[in-house]
Amino acid sequence: MAADIGYGSLIIAFLASLYGVGAAIYGERGKDNRWVESARKAMLLTFPLLTIAVVSIIYLILTDQFQVNYVAQVSSRNMPLYLKVSALWGSQAGSLVFWSWLLAAFASAVTLRKWDRDRDLLPWVIVVASGTLAFFLFLNVFFENPFTRLWQTAEGVTTAMIAPGNAIPFVPRDGQGLNPLLRHPGMVIHPPTLYLGFVAFIIPYAFAIASLIAGRTDDRWIRVTRKWTLWAWLFLSLGLVLGARWAYDVLGWGGYWGWDPVEISAFMPWLTGTAFLHSVMIQEKRSMFKQWNMVLIILTYDLVIFGTFLTRSGVLSSVHSFAQSAIGPLFFVFIVLTLGGSIGLLMYRWETLKSKNSLSSFFSREALFLLNNLLFVGILVTSFWGVIFPLISEIVTGQKVTVGPPFYERATAPLFGGLMLLMGVAPLSAWGYSSWKTLGRSLWKPFLASLLAVVAVFALGIWEPWYAVIAFWLVGFVITVTVYEFWRGSMSRMRRLGESFFTALWKLVTRYRRRYGGYIIHVSMILMALGIIGIEIFQTETQGTLAQGENLRLGAYTMTYDRLDNFDADNGSRNVARAVVSVSKDGEEVAELYPRRDFYYDSQQPATIPGVHSTLADDFYVILVDWEPVSESGATFKAYHNPLVKWLWIGSWAFLFGIILTAWPEKKEKRGLA
Amino acid sequence: MKKLLVWGGLAALLIIVAIGLNRAQQGQVGVGEKAPDFTLTTFDGEAYRLKDLRGQVVVINFWASWCETCKTEAADLENAWRTYQPRGDVLFLGVDYVDTEPDAKAYLAEFDITYPNGPDKRTKISQAYRIQGVPETFIIDKNGKIVHVQIGPFRSYEEIVSYIEPLLNK
Amino acid sequence: MKINKKQLNFILLGVLLSLALTIVVASPVNAQDPTPSDDDVNAIAKQLYCPVCENIPLDACGTQACIQWRGIIRDKLAEGWSEKEIKQYFVDQYGDRVLAEPPRRGLNWLVYIVPPIAFLAGAYVLYKGFRTWKAAEDSQGVEKKRNIADMPKEEVDEYILQLEAELKNR
Repeated sequence: MAADIGYGSLIIAFLASLYGVGAAIYGERGKDNRWVESARKAMLLTFPLLTIAVVSIIYLILTDQFQVNYVAQVSSRNMPLYLKVSALWGSQAGSLVFWSWLLAAFASAVTLRKWDRDRDLLPWVIVVASGTLAFFLFLNVFFENPFTRLWQTAEGVTTAMIAPGNAIPFVPRDGQGLNPLLRHPGMVIHPPTLYLGFVAFIIPYAFAIASLIAGRTDDRWIRVTRKWTLWAWLFLSLGLVLGARWAYDVLGWGGYWGWDPVEISAFMPWLTGTAFLHSVMIQEKRSMFKQWNMVLIILTYDLVIFGTFLTRSGVLSSVHSFAQSAIGPLFFVFIVLTLGGSIGLLMYRWETLKSKNSLSSFFSREALFLLNNLLFVGILVTSFWGVIFPLISEIVTGQKVTVGPPFYERATAPLFGGLMLLMGVAPLSAWGYSSWKTLGRSLWKPFLASLLAVVAVFALGIWEPWYAVIAFWLVGFVITVTVYEFWRGSMSRMRRLGESFFTALWKLVTRYRRRYGGYIIHVSMILMALGIIGIEIFQTETQGTLAQGENLRLGAYTMTYDRLDNFDADNGSRNVARAVVSVSKDGEEVAELYPRRDFYYDSQQPATIPGVHSTLADDFYVILVDWEPVSESGATFKAYHNPLVKWLWIGSWAFLFGIILTAWPEKKEKRGLA
Repeated sequence: MKKLLVWGGLAALLIIVAIGLNRAQQGQVGVGEKAPDFTLTTFDGEAYRLKDLRGQVVVINFWASWCETCKTEAADLENAWRTYQPRGDVLFLGVDYVDTEPDAKAYLAEFDITYPNGPDKRTKISQAYRIQGVPETFIIDKNGKIVHVQIGPFRSYEEIVSYIEPLLNK
Repeated sequence: MKINKKQLNFILLGVLLSLALTIVVASPVNAQDPTPSDDDVNAIAKQLYCPVCENIPLDACGTQACIQWRGIIRDKLAEGWSEKEIKQYFVDQYGDRVLAEPPRRGLNWLVYIVPPIAFLAGAYVLYKGFRTWKAAEDSQGVEKKRNIADMPKEEVDEYILQLEAELKNR
C-alpha cells in the first residue's frame, strides 16, 4: 500500500516537473503569465509529492516490509532506528529519490521568493530546476524504482511493481542490512550534507542560465544567488569533511582521504565552486570577467552531474561505487545535453557579456583573485586528468593503470601551497589599488613575524623535508596576516569611534561579516592544512602480533595488549571482538583504547573500528588487523602515529562557524545603527 | 578557431567517457563471437596458443586460489577433463587470475588438477575476455567460436558435459 | 598604541610557538631482522594496489588475495630481493595497475605532462590578459594615481585609507 502511494507520487512528481518545463517555456513564448504561474505551482507541488515518496520509503523500512526489494537490500530487523532512516540513501534507488527530494525543496524555496525585479528570469529558472528534477525522477520512475516488490514465480524470485502472472508475494524473513561500513553516525550525515551541497549549486546555475537566455548582462543573478552559493559551498565542504572523518574513524587505514576517483568527483565541484565564490566578487565590485563566472558556474553544475554519473554508472571502479546499473548511458546523454547546451548558450551571448576589463596592477585584489582562480582550476585539471587517464590508457594501450595518491599529492601540493600564499597576501591588497610598493609596505611586518614560525619549527628540530618547513611557514604567515587584519580593522574603529578593543573587534566582525567571516574561513582552512601537513608528511606506522601483556612501540608511544572482550551487541545482530589496549607515552599511561572488529551477521561482513587517543599534538591510532586471527592469546595490531591531525577537525569546526557567520541572513534593522 | 578548439576538446573528452562507459556496460565476450587469441604459458613452462588449437574443443576456465566458489567446481572440471582427455579433440585450459604461484600450485595439488594451467600474466587474457570475476568459463568450438559463457561455477559434472557433448561431432 | 602592537605581536608569537611546539616527529626503529617484519612487508605493500580490491593499498586490504600477496612480499624479502625487484615482479605478474602511479614511459607520460602544461598555458593566457587589462587601466585611469612620496608616512598605507574609508561610509 505504502509502496503504491510512494510510487504514485513519484510518477505525479515526474509529470509535474515535466509540465513545469513545458508550461514555463510556453508561457514565456506566448508572454502569458498565467502559464508561468502555473509552472511555478507545478514546481511547488513536487516538494510535497516527493516528501510523500520519501516518507513512504522510510515507513516501509521502519515497518520491516521486506517484500519491497529496496527494503530487503538495505535494512534488517535488528538495525537501530537512526540507521533505518539513513538506509533511505543506503543504495542507488533510494538515494536518487532523496536527491530529487532535496532538489525539489531548494527549487520550491526559490520559486517562493519575491520575483518583482527578476520576472524575466523566473520561467527559465523553473525550466532548469524542473528539467534537472525531471531527469532524476525519470531515472527513478523507469529504472531505479525503490518501490518494486519481490515475487515468487515458477522460475524463481523476480522484482516487479505489479504481480506477474501466477506469482505470489515473496517476503524474505529478514533483510540483508546496510553495508557495515555505512553503519556509522558520520555516514548518516555525510551523504545528505554532500547531496545538499550538490543540489544547492543547481540554483545559482539555474539563475546563470536564466540570465543567459533572457539576455541580461548585469550581475543580478550573482547577487540573487550569493547566499545560495555560500550555503551550497557550506554543505559541500561539510560533506567532504564528514566523509574524511568517517574514513578516519571507520575505514581503518589510518587516513582520511585516499584520492579515490569518487572522492575526487565530489571534490571537483568544490574546486570550481570555491573559485566561483572568489571570482564573483570581482564582478560585483568592478563588473569584470562576466564570461569567466559563467564558465565557472556551468562547470560546477556539470561536475556535480558528472560526479553523480561516475559514482553510479560503473565507469570507474571504486570503493564508493553503487552497484553497476543501466542508468549510466542516460546520465551520459544528460551531461552531453546540459554541457553542450550551456556552452552553446554562453557562446551565443559571449559578445554581449564582454566587459571592459582593466587592472591597475598585478598586485591588486582582483589580480590576486584571478591568480587564485588559476590555481583552483589547475587543481581541477590535475584531478580531472588523473581520474580520466586510466580510461584513456585502457582504450589506447589496453593496459589498466592506477593513478593514485602519490600523483595527486605531488601535482597538487605546490598549487595548494600557492593558494595558502595567496590567502596570506590577498587580504593586504586593495581593490583596483595596490601596487607592489603598497603591498610590500603592508606585507613586510607580518612577513617578518611569520618567520618566527620557521624559527619555531627549526627549534623543534624539524629541518627536513624542506617542503614541510615551507608549509609550516605558510601556516604561520596566513595566521599572522589574518590576525593583523582583525587588529588593523579594530584599531581603525577604535580611532574613529572611540570604541574599546573588544567592542571594536565584535562590531567589526558582526557588521562586515562577508569580509571577516571570509577571514575566519581562511584561518580555518589553514588549521585544516596544519592537520593535513602533519598526517601527510609525518605519519609513521608499525604493525605487530602481540600476545597478552606484550607491547608494541611507535615513537614515544608504547601500547600493551591487555585483554580481549568478545560479545554480541545490538540484539545479537553483530559480534564484537574488542581488544583492550593501554597506551603510555614516555613511560606514563595516557589512555586505554578499544580497537575492535565488528562482524555483522545479517550481511556477513566485518568492519574494523580503530581506537584513537587524540591530542592537539598528535593522534595515536590503533586498529585490529582484521584479516589476522584475534584471540585472547594473541592479536595483530597496526598502530599509526598521526601528528597534528586533530587540527583538521578543529579547523572544520572553525570553518563551520566562519561560513555560518558569513551566510546568515542579514538583519534589516541594523542598517540604521551603523 | 577558438570555438573549434572548445568544441573539439569537449567532444574528445565526452568520447573518451563514452568509450569507457561502453566498456563498463559491455560485459564478457559473448556467445557467437570469435574467441580472442592468447598464449598461455603453464606453470610447467609449456606454451599453448589458442590459434593453434583449431579443430579442438577448448574449455577456458578462469579461476584463482583465493576464490571460494572456484573450489565448488574444481573437482567437476577435473572429472570432465579426465572423461575427454583420451579423445584428443578436447582441451581444458586453466587461466589463473591475479594469483600467487605457491598458492595456485597448492590449489592444483589439492584438487589433483591435471589439465594445463598457467598464470594470466599482466591480466592480458582476462582483459581480452572482459571477465567480471572468477570463476568464469568460456567454451570454444572447433572453429574457434565461443559457444558458451559460464558466469560463476558449474553446478555439476553433468552440466559441463552437456555443453561439450554437442560440439564433439561437428 | 605602539605598546599595543608589540603586545599583540607577542601574543601572536606565543600562538605560533605553541602551534609549532605541538609537532612531534616519531621515527620507528627499523632493525634488519633475518625474517622480514610486518613493517618491512607493509612498507612495500603500501605502494601497491591489488586489482581485486579497487583503490585500496595492499597494506590495508583484507581480502584473501591481498593476504596471499603480502605473503609473497614476505617470501621475496626473505630471499633477499630488493624493493625494486619485488615491485617489478608484481608488475610482470599482474600488470601496471598494481603500481600507485603509471610507470613513466610511452603514453603514460601524458598523465605527468598534461597538468603542468595546462597550468602553464593557463598562466600564460592570464599573463597576456593582465598586460592587456593593465594597458586599458593605464590609458583611462591616470587621475587615480597619487603622489605617494608627498604624503606623511602613516597615510601612505593606501590599504588603511581604503579600510577606513569603508568603515566611515557604512
